[in-house]
Amino acid sequence: MDNLSLLLQAPPLALQLVIEGILLGGVFALAAYGMALVWGVMNIINIVQGEWVMLGGFVAFALSQWGLPTLLGIPVAAAVLFAIGWLAYQTIIFRVVDRDLFTSILATFGLSILFQQLMNQIFGSDVRTLESGLGSWYFFNSMVSISQTKVLGFVLAGVIAVVLTVFMRSSRMGQAIRATAQNPRAARILGIDTDRVYAFTYGLNAAVCGAAGAIVVMAFTIHPYQGLIYTVRSFTIVVVAGLGNLPGVIASSFGLGVAEQFAGFMLGAEYQNAFVFLLLVVILVVRNLRLQRKREVLR
Amino acid sequence: MTAFRKLTVGLAGLAACAITAPVSAADDAQFDGTITLGAAISLTGKYSTNGGHTKNGYDMAVDRINSMGGVEVGDKTYKLEVTYYDDESTPARGAQLAERLIQQDGVKFVLGPYSSGMTKAIAPVTEQYGVPMVEANGASRSLFTQGYEYLFAVLSTSEQYLASAVQLRAELAEKDGMDPSEMTIAGVFENDPFSQDIRAGVIADAEEHGMELVVDDKLPPEINDMSSTLIKVKAKSPDMMVVSGHSKGAALAIRQMSEMRVDVPMLAMTHCDSAQIIQKFGDKAEYTLCASQWAPSLTYSDDYFGSASDFAADFEARYDYAPPYQSAESAAAVLVYKDAFERAGSLDKKAVRDALQATDLMTFYGPVNFDDTGKNTAKPMVLYQVQDGEYKVVAPTEYASAEVRYPMPKWSER
Repeated sequence: MDNLSLLLQAPPLALQLVIEGILLGGVFALAAYGMALVWGVMNIINIVQGEWVMLGGFVAFALSQWGLPTLLGIPVAAAVLFAIGWLAYQTIIFRVVDRDLFTSILATFGLSILFQQLMNQIFGSDVRTLESGLGSWYFFNSMVSISQTKVLGFVLAGVIAVVLTVFMRSSRMGQAIRATAQNPRAARILGIDTDRVYAFTYGLNAAVCGAAGAIVVMAFTIHPYQGLIYTVRSFTIVVVAGLGNLPGVIASSFGLGVAEQFAGFMLGAEYQNAFVFLLLVVILVVRNLRLQRKREVLR
Repeated sequence: MTAFRKLTVGLAGLAACAITAPVSAADDAQFDGTITLGAAISLTGKYSTNGGHTKNGYDMAVDRINSMGGVEVGDKTYKLEVTYYDDESTPARGAQLAERLIQQDGVKFVLGPYSSGMTKAIAPVTEQYGVPMVEANGASRSLFTQGYEYLFAVLSTSEQYLASAVQLRAELAEKDGMDPSEMTIAGVFENDPFSQDIRAGVIADAEEHGMELVVDDKLPPEINDMSSTLIKVKAKSPDMMVVSGHSKGAALAIRQMSEMRVDVPMLAMTHCDSAQIIQKFGDKAEYTLCASQWAPSLTYSDDYFGSASDFAADFEARYDYAPPYQSAESAAAVLVYKDAFERAGSLDKKAVRDALQATDLMTFYGPVNFDDTGKNTAKPMVLYQVQDGEYKVVAPTEYASAEVRYPMPKWSER
């Protein structure tokens, strides 16, 4: 209650929490796009999602160490991760596409452990971070601050959402992806190379996460073992939004970001994680109840 | 899949292999025998960076002692050696390897691993076999409430970490003509055993001065964002903010406080050096107070490494980076063993254990004197401040090499 009265006394604080939440949601949205895509098209729950974000951060970090401009790390990380994602599909993921969900969870969980240990071996276990060179905007006598790096992540989420939507509707590959998502067997019969579609989809997922990771290493910190938070939040967002609902993913990401910030402020930082998991459980229960109602109607 | 399985087995085999320091045949001629110390260190896994610092500290001290004539026990002279295993940053593995060192390799004296968690896993094993363990990297207070008789720690325990900061805050309040009890503190602690011990220490110190903790947040280890906490700090305007979240907490605090312009007169934290806040953040790290076990500018000295700054120079020449305190305290642990071996005049485990208990030794790292629980009560934590891109010791005042710069200017004015 003490923290609630703080918000009432100083409304700019509430505004700051909302802004921080929305900007954080932008990063979650990027990871969640990929999860929704892979889950919807390939019926794979991608436990390695957070590790793609982490890998993207390390790619951007490595490029910066080699003297490249920091912001260039974003497109390069996306490109590198696309290649790694494609490779991961060709070596491992193709084996689990038609299997049950548990198999795909197990396989991608193994991949996530592999990448954690690999990055720890290459970069060490310390946190890494980069300076983007961008500053912040300040309002209300510095009571409200907006980090330009985080805004960049937010804008990137928006741009990628638009690009993905247009791509899915207008390009041949996009149409093939949607057809495969609806009915892979029929798509194969009609001449679509579903294997290539899956490889492209998985690579695209990794690329989007890689871009997110490049933002994370500039806006926050990165280390080999932090992928889990992005995996869990992606999963939560996709469960809320539904698989084919891109606007839903965006709205859920921002909602989750804002809710998490308020939970951290009101309850304490230790409840932020608990809040996310609790939210996931509540949403699953609510969804289950709705499904039951639908079944009754159908009967 | 077969190839992958073979690779996995091979890697596991590598991890389990002993890594013994190379032995020069010529060196052996001048010694009557070898004293082997055992160490399970995190060479892979999440503690591998600091595990590497720990190993470098041990190796540095062992080589220095051997180059200065080794260890004299009675009328014999011994060469020191260390048998290393990789505990993979896993407590269960650490305990397993400690058992292996003692039972299979015949090691009678153990050096500690990196981290409190690992030390907690190994201490029951060494205690059970009556094998002394001198550890330098497990600071958790709870290690010393179990009644262990064979555990000795050269470093300050965790509740002392930010004691100098609270003390300094009280001193500065009095200097400004205010009562220390009027001061308020915001505490941000990672939700892990080590940081929570630091929190307990801060709370106890604050109560002693009558100060109030107006923010008391426990950061989840997984989260790399503390913006909701910082918004709270901004609202409460405390007189000091303390952060303990390992390297990640230190890096995040500097970044996000500068981004959000969270103004506090004093900011104290742990793990600044391993987070490399000066290298990463430059000017934004100025005025930050950093708790440390040790600093190269301290005036401690000994016969083996000379002064603290001599040790730092030698370490940098050997390893090409400035020694973090983890390396310094690890080297000190080896010096403590040498001192105990020579005073015991015997390599009997019990005799050495009793000699360790009676240690009264000055090292480049600081004075070493163990209380009944095995804690080193002689060496205080130091507090340094980032001034013009360098760490300067500002507290305790008797060891200070510079005066504290206070208060921190507002971010909008920097």
